Amino acid sequence: MGHIESSLLNIGYLETLSYQQTPLHRLDPRVKLLTTLVFIVAVVSFGKYEITGLLPFIFYPVVLMAVGNLPPGYLAKKILLAAPFAFFIGIFNPLLDRAVLVHLGPIGISGGWVSFVSIMIRFTLTVSAALILIAGTGLNAVCLALEKMGAPRSFVTQLLFLYRYIFVLTDEALRLARARALRSFQGRGMGFKVFSSMIGQLLLRTLDRARRIHLAMLSRGFDGKIHLLRPLHLHGRDVAFFLGWSGLFVLMRWFNIPHLLGNTITELFR
Amino acid sequence: MHMADALISPAVGGAMWAATAGLTIYSAKKLKENVDEHIVPLMGVLGAFIFAAQMINFTIPATGSSGHLGGGMILAILLGPYAAFLVMASVLTIQALFFADGGLLALGCNIFNLGFFPCFIAYSFIYKKIVGEQPTRGRILLGAMVAAILGLQMGALGVVLETLFSGNSELPFSTFLLLMLPIHLGIGIIEGLVTAAVVTFVWKAHPEIVTLAPSSPAKAHSHKPLLIGLALFAVVAGGMLSWFASTHPDGLEWSIKGVSGKEELDAPQEGVHGAMAWIQEKLAFLPDYDFKKPEEAKEGMAGKEGEKASKGKEEESWPAVSAGKSLAGILGAALTLLMAGAIGFGLRRYYSHSKG
Repeated sequence: MGHIESSLLNIGYLETLSYQQTPLHRLDPRVKLLTTLVFIVAVVSFGKYEITGLLPFIFYPVVLMAVGNLPPGYLAKKILLAAPFAFFIGIFNPLLDRAVLVHLGPIGISGGWVSFVSIMIRFTLTVSAALILIAGTGLNAVCLALEKMGAPRSFVTQLLFLYRYIFVLTDEALRLARARALRSFQGRGMGFKVFSSMIGQLLLRTLDRARRIHLAMLSRGFDGKIHLLRPLHLHGRDVAFFLGWSGLFVLMRWFNIPHLLGNTITELFR
Repeated sequence: MHMADALISPAVGGAMWAATAGLTIYSAKKLKENVDEHIVPLMGVLGAFIFAAQMINFTIPATGSSGHLGGGMILAILLGPYAAFLVMASVLTIQALFFADGGLLALGCNIFNLGFFPCFIAYSFIYKKIVGEQPTRGRILLGAMVAAILGLQMGALGVVLETLFSGNSELPFSTFLLLMLPIHLGIGIIEGLVTAAVVTFVWKAHPEIVTLAPSSPAKAHSHKPLLIGLALFAVVAGGMLSWFASTHPDGLEWSIKGVSGKEELDAPQEGVHGAMAWIQEKLAFLPDYDFKKPEEAKEGMAGKEGEKASKGKEEESWPAVSAGKSLAGILGAALTLLMAGAIGFGLRRYYSHSKG
């Protein structure tokens, strides 16, 4: 139950973050969506043993978090919560790929560990970019951008509806679960029979609600379309944001900046 | 079951995005054909229902662990395949954006694995065939079980194949398959039980919901155009993927080629390679940066950028990395991170000052 409440709060908190007024939030949502995609493609396009080349990409989330006033601790927690899948698939690499790839003085590091670390770095980068997109833009604006960029209208409408009713129905589920918990002395395990009739009950309530919503919408003149009232204008700063970051990503993709940096330093101290 | 961005390559992610986008457009078109805008709020609310239902867990007997509803099958039973696919796509999009369950590039894979298989294959070809026009309790149970299990198995197979083609994981095909299929057999049984129980419950209370919904959206349509499209896609994707598997070209080179629309697909290795070597020559302010020269003189001449570009093709060249290079790499990495931290901290200070 605490689980339900906390995940509800979580969505709510991300939504709250997207209401801020910062230079990041003021950018055109289309530009942010595209930049995020370029970033992700650039990050995942590296070879599987790449570590140093990936590191400069951390600039993007760090700068955006700072400019958009997004709490790094909170985002880090979300990334950790999502980590298990990538972790469990990746952790097989050190077991299976034991050829020594890098020598650090006397210690040899196997290719498996290198590729595992690479997977985890990619994971952190891509997930943080997606979270920053949503925390810095808000779902409604992302939907608007999607629609303007040619996504099917019914899909966008579906996303908006879904997002709106997550809060309502999670509340409903929370009430159901709470009512059951109060009557079962916090009974620990929920049996399958109880569970399925609870879900069925929730489904019936959902269908009822859908009918009510539909009637309400019809009486307000709904014709199958949701009209999003927010004109989008591309400003100079939007274009600069997109071109600047994309250019930087391409540069970072091609030049291994940490390598160049490290070489310069070792050269200086030789 | 959600794939992560970190595990897939741009080629696989892009191909699956294209497939999913095609399916979404196709479903949206099909949905528009039998216009019944009653379904619009119903879809939205049912998507939210899936979320809410996933938050209630039940205890699996004798294991101590808990399970919850996955949702694809139940949506298909209530809404028909097209609407269910769109709802599943939206649910997965929200999960990717808000819960970091699967990434944005992997979204195509995830929608395909968890939306396409249950809605279009398992529902249309298994559940409907078993349950037919006159559902009974036993038929619903059997249909939901078989369809949920097979749908999830197909999804798991999808995950394995996508991971395999991406080449980031070392897991061999058979091991990975043996890992994924039994796990998803268990999950599928649970999913089938829950789906059957919920559908039966609703069927007893409101029989019209279960009997009417499936036949209305997908009654007269044949799946022929969809299947032809899929076959075409499979051929194109297969061709593309095998090309990737054989040459291991750099992912970004490929995407840049795609953007610029150039035709010479066999030339780029040379071209980019040559350009890289040229840039490297111009930029090589420290030509002999290594403590100890690499064994292969060619490798050294191509330089670090060249090495990076060619790394995908000749992975054997990697072990040539020596201690000197590693040290430089670590130093550079540390500096990069330090700089990123400093910039972040500085910006934060700057903005909080200018605000307050």
